[in-house]
Amino acid sequence: MAQALTRAMRDAMAEDPTVHVMGEDVGTLGGVFRITDGLAKEFGEERCTDTPLAEAGILGAAVGMAMYGLRPVVEMQFDAFAYPAFEQLISHVAKMRNRTRGAMPLPITIRVPYGGGIGGVEHHCDSSEAYYVATPGLTVVTPATVEDAYGLLRASIASDDPVVFLEPKRLYWSKADWRPEAPAAVPGIGKALVRRTGTSATLITYGPSLPVCLEAAEAAREEGWDLEVVDLRSLVPFDEDTVVESVRRTGRAVVVHEANGFGGPGAEIAARITERCFHHLEAPVLRVTGFDIPYPPPMLEKHHLPGVDRILDTVARLQWEN
Amino acid sequence: MTVQELPGAGASHRSTTPPAWRPRTDAAPLLPDPEPYRVLGTEAADRLDPELMRRCYAELVRGRRYNAQATALTKQGRLAVYPSTVGQEACEIAAAMVLEDQDWLFPSYRDTLAAVARGLDPVQALTLLRGDWHTGYDPREHRIAPLSTPLATQLPHAVGLAHAARLRGDDVVALAMVGDGGTSEGDFHEALNFAAVWQAPVVFLVQNNGFAISVPLAKQTAAPTLAHKAVGYGMPGRLVDGNDIAAMHEVLTEAVRRARAGGGPTLIEAVTYRMEAHTNADDATRYRGDAEVEAWKAHDPIDLLERELTARGIIDEAAVKAARDDAEVMAAALREGMNADPVVDPMDLFAHVYAEQTDRLREQAAMLRAELEAEDQA
Repeated sequence: MAQALTRAMRDAMAEDPTVHVMGEDVGTLGGVFRITDGLAKEFGEERCTDTPLAEAGILGAAVGMAMYGLRPVVEMQFDAFAYPAFEQLISHVAKMRNRTRGAMPLPITIRVPYGGGIGGVEHHCDSSEAYYVATPGLTVVTPATVEDAYGLLRASIASDDPVVFLEPKRLYWSKADWRPEAPAAVPGIGKALVRRTGTSATLITYGPSLPVCLEAAEAAREEGWDLEVVDLRSLVPFDEDTVVESVRRTGRAVVVHEANGFGGPGAEIAARITERCFHHLEAPVLRVTGFDIPYPPPMLEKHHLPGVDRILDTVARLQWEN
Repeated sequence: MTVQELPGAGASHRSTTPPAWRPRTDAAPLLPDPEPYRVLGTEAADRLDPELMRRCYAELVRGRRYNAQATALTKQGRLAVYPSTVGQEACEIAAAMVLEDQDWLFPSYRDTLAAVARGLDPVQALTLLRGDWHTGYDPREHRIAPLSTPLATQLPHAVGLAHAARLRGDDVVALAMVGDGGTSEGDFHEALNFAAVWQAPVVFLVQNNGFAISVPLAKQTAAPTLAHKAVGYGMPGRLVDGNDIAAMHEVLTEAVRRARAGGGPTLIEAVTYRMEAHTNADDATRYRGDAEVEAWKAHDPIDLLERELTARGIIDEAAVKAARDDAEVMAAALREGMNADPVVDPMDLFAHVYAEQTDRLREQAAMLRAELEAEDQA
């Protein structure tokens, strides 16, 4: 996935001279995850810029650059390091189109490596998506596959609106039969995909939890469950129709994400399913999420992150008999 | 235990020279002068450009009238709020005057007068404060960024815009305005640091008007002056009398020239005073005495200039009257514009959130439309 992300930026920069990559360590080092590797060498330091270490400054400067017609792609090094930039994000980035009655859209892509499962120390593993999806004006996407890493990042950079592009850190090293010389076309922002068809229940998930859900779906066959898996891909806009269509077919739904459950995206999704599928549901919509705790230290994270067993236990609860 | 007694802190250790980089030794020219720079009432006034000063005078009179009119509109309920710049007109006007058409102004919420002096229609400039729409004008058309209510957050925007313009080879300078309180914010620091590292063509103008709402400068900073802050970023800091429009014009012009020539950013602290309350919601008598306000009244920016120009025969009674008449015309147009009720379309709520409306917003727009239709029928 890392290479697909790099390739997406490289192709975007080659096609459009207004695309600029910026952030801490993105230049000479190629980013701490090497996602911007080689961009400074190929396009020069003016287009792939090592900035001072200051997230509000990085995003604030990107606002000014976008005001002048550039398309900045900002790297926030880790999920929890993006928080100093929240005022810029919420008060300016998300609102500039609205404040100026459409006169000044800001085409900024904010890349945030997020989520756990890599054994990182504290402040390196937050699932921060709820903060972003709660902010009108932001588009929020998260790829779970190598194809989507490329396709969604290209679509994000091309978008005339600010996009928070959440990169699941633990999928950076995931491999696929992806041919960078001919990247396949992928559906753009705002479209969910059924990654696995099934008839007994629907797992709704995104980003780092997609591989876990697919694994759980395979394991569930032994229990006699044929699970459908929907990958949201885009949290805002939320592709309600794909989700609703699937749940109406299967009659049961579980939302899975590793972010905290309370006030997490799963709560919203469950509510929408209930509103639109009430008469089709055989059981309440259930959620499998991270616990409502600060992200735990590495030796404990396996207990916090939703795994196959917890998903299967929850699926078993869908045999609702009051 | 002293430092010398610590293990490993012996003479041989201290004599070691670090191999790599050294502190910069060229910082001394960055230090501001200890006294605010003045022109009016000094020998420097001998070189005043009469034509420029006549323009400055007319603009100051107009600016004072604008402040009075906007304050009156607040009392009439036509504006939700108005942060006055009475006493600070020289800063506001000089900031606008030194910019070329292609340059950009980044105002704070208090700087509507600077936007008006740059040529923005006064009614448009007050749209935010009227509550009609947030910005009220197309920033690109006027090269005026939206008035920023969050403090100092517009400063990094100015840096980014100036940087982008330079990357594109365009001759553009960004002038960003902030108050004394705003200098305590993190975005102030980050913007100045970015600007200096990038050598971006930016001028930072701090209007030190004495108070951040009620908190005096002494409780805001321990720095000798706010201009001193420039030194730590590696840019020159200038201290100037913010009520002396000739000094303001000269210092700002020099900073803009330097930025345009590739010399990088400058931090200017204009020492001035907010004669009126923070806004109509504020009671200034709770935190400052009459004596202080009276002392600043004697240092009024319009009086300072009028005295100088009258003594030198650059303006006469006719010029004073012409300036006042011109200001009345502006005020009448402003009154008329503000007294017309703005037409707002509730559907605008959903029109400019995203380039393409989401299903969610379409649904909510339909709900509001139905509510409005039901109201119409009732």
